Amino acid sequence: MSATFVGMPAFPTAAREALADSQLRHNLAHATGTIRAKRAKVVEEVPDWEELRLAGAALKERALLDLDAQLVRLEETLTANGATVHWARDAAEANAIVATIAKQHAAEEVVKVKSMVTQEIGLNEALAEEGIAAWETDLAELIVQLGDDLPSHILVPAIHRNRAEIREIFLRKMAAAGRPAPADLTDEPAVLAAAAREHLREKFLRAKVGISGANFAVAETGTLVVVESEGNGRMCLTLPEVLVSVVGIEKVVAQWDDLGPMLRLLPRSSTGERMNPYTSMWSGISPGDGPQEVHVVLLDNGRTRALADEVGRQALRCIRCSACLNVCPVYERTGGHAYGSVYPGPIGAILNPLLRGVGHDDQIDSLPYASSLCGACFEVCPVRIDIPSVLVDQRAQVVDAHRAVSWRSVPKPEAAAMKGAAYVLGRSRRLSLVERLTGLGVGLARRFGLTAWTGARDLPEAPAESFRAWWERTDGGRDASGNDAVDPAGPDEDLRKGDL
Amino acid sequence: MTDARTEILARVREALAGSTVESAEAHPETGRASEVEPVETPPSHAPVVDLFAERVADYRAVVERCSAAELADRIAAALPEGPVVVPPGLGIDVPGAVVDDGTLTAADLDRIAAVVTAARVGIAETGTIVLDHGLDQGRRAISLVPDTHVCIVREDQIVPDVPDAVALLDPTHPLTWISGPSATSDIELDRVEGVHGPRTLHVLITPAE
Repeated sequence: MSATFVGMPAFPTAAREALADSQLRHNLAHATGTIRAKRAKVVEEVPDWEELRLAGAALKERALLDLDAQLVRLEETLTANGATVHWARDAAEANAIVATIAKQHAAEEVVKVKSMVTQEIGLNEALAEEGIAAWETDLAELIVQLGDDLPSHILVPAIHRNRAEIREIFLRKMAAAGRPAPADLTDEPAVLAAAAREHLREKFLRAKVGISGANFAVAETGTLVVVESEGNGRMCLTLPEVLVSVVGIEKVVAQWDDLGPMLRLLPRSSTGERMNPYTSMWSGISPGDGPQEVHVVLLDNGRTRALADEVGRQALRCIRCSACLNVCPVYERTGGHAYGSVYPGPIGAILNPLLRGVGHDDQIDSLPYASSLCGACFEVCPVRIDIPSVLVDQRAQVVDAHRAVSWRSVPKPEAAAMKGAAYVLGRSRRLSLVERLTGLGVGLARRFGLTAWTGARDLPEAPAESFRAWWERTDGGRDASGNDAVDPAGPDEDLRKGDL
Repeated sequence: MTDARTEILARVREALAGSTVESAEAHPETGRASEVEPVETPPSHAPVVDLFAERVADYRAVVERCSAAELADRIAAALPEGPVVVPPGLGIDVPGAVVDDGTLTAADLDRIAAVVTAARVGIAETGTIVLDHGLDQGRRAISLVPDTHVCIVREDQIVPDVPDAVALLDPTHPLTWISGPSATSDIELDRVEGVHGPRTLHVLITPAE
């Protein structure tokens, strides 16, 4: 049984714990630094990179804005190619469909290609409840699964583990899951990879049912695409008799030719390679080659909610490359677990609230604030998702959701502060009164509270005199003698002036 | 209760009410044509072939160029000890090789050391070989399970970049894009060649027939 993100604390709490872990920070800084450099090098090679990003964004956007027609077309072409198409409104429906197919074939185990969407729906846990073992076959996913751990990166889910920790996990846990690790296992990456090869080979060779996601689904031709590195994907897509692919409805692209730009954008953005080692494409069933029973589960699970959000809808263009994680100064310091979701980093900070809605879960509501809005994520996004703009819009939605809860509910301190500010700023007389009390307020705050604010920020010194008071006293600086004086103006004078 | 298909499609239509594809095309950020201009084919094909050879080798694959007459010898030299499988329509005699008739199981293939196949397309820019699993390449399993893959690419099959390859490929075939041997960077992002796919990729580039 693997760990779960359910019940994770809100981002600030989780981030504080992560920041205290110096080993984690070291692992992350090394990994994100390496991959940033690799990406920059291969992106530099492409003279038309910006045009390519525009093309990628446009073709995904067009498919999304025509999604109903594209999905119907995809269903037609997949069916014509011999695949069986299922539709699932939510995680429970999708999991039930997969479990039913596995049971029809009396499968006690399935082999899995690395897939974000099956993690999103908790497929492994759902299958375990039905007595079906789901084996992760991607090396990083295997490390996470054996270690009873949680993924912390979209591309490299075990990015938070170093080689010594991985060796330890293999030695302790592989035996219970199948072929044990060799006793003389070292922590050389090549040796660890070889141990994974030996451990998984028997599972590939005997598997009756394979499970995958898809990076792209081409409506025109009924083709699914899986992009990978190790060959575990090819194994799962080729050797089993039955293949079930769970595909989010946003994965659809309209035309076969759309794969040209997408396959130029994805590997360079993701692993920082000109091309990933293996890409598999299949259109339903090929007689005599690969699985002869092919299922595709088209999943909503909040995607139509995101689609209805006109600002946030662009997040559905995401091709899960993880470039935004690798450049994010927040992710680099906190790692993925602090986001409490299989989708961490900047994209997770918008995707989770968009898929699940705001206003009902403090953890989700905290995510749009897990950003400094520096914009690095937008700069690298291969499909030009303007993550900072969506973050700001999501913040507004979080505030609105809390405003609307009920007249009886206690307002959040931020909402109360904003209300107070609106009152004070609405009349200059109120403002001048408050300006004169600022010094006192800052002193009190420093002494008695506002720790949530001051825990991460310095509270500025209150000036001895406000700008408006200074202007009033010196006639906008024209009274040269006033320049040196810092005594605040008397209250009577200011009040007499009334509204400016 | 409505079925999931009806409900999801209704939700999609509701979500998109008021938005049209045309509105996307008018959007300044995404208003460009979706087609990226294919890289212009240079007057001579030689630079494309050279680039292909160089980029495949970058992935730590073995790359050799040889004439059609030398091919049989080069294949023999590339093969490791042990059984070899070839697709039914390879068209080159590989002495001692098992010709796949579709009956070899995954476990049978696991006892085979190497496979020799042709290819459908080579992509110079990315050093990628694409198999469409025609008769000279065989079904997907035979080029996956054995640990050494010897792959023959003809110079006239090599195109400049990815969109050129997509335009040539037929999606009714299963397609496997191969860029170097199996690899992983999952441990500290340290690239290691050789996980589940063939750990040795040996590419033989021959002139057009």
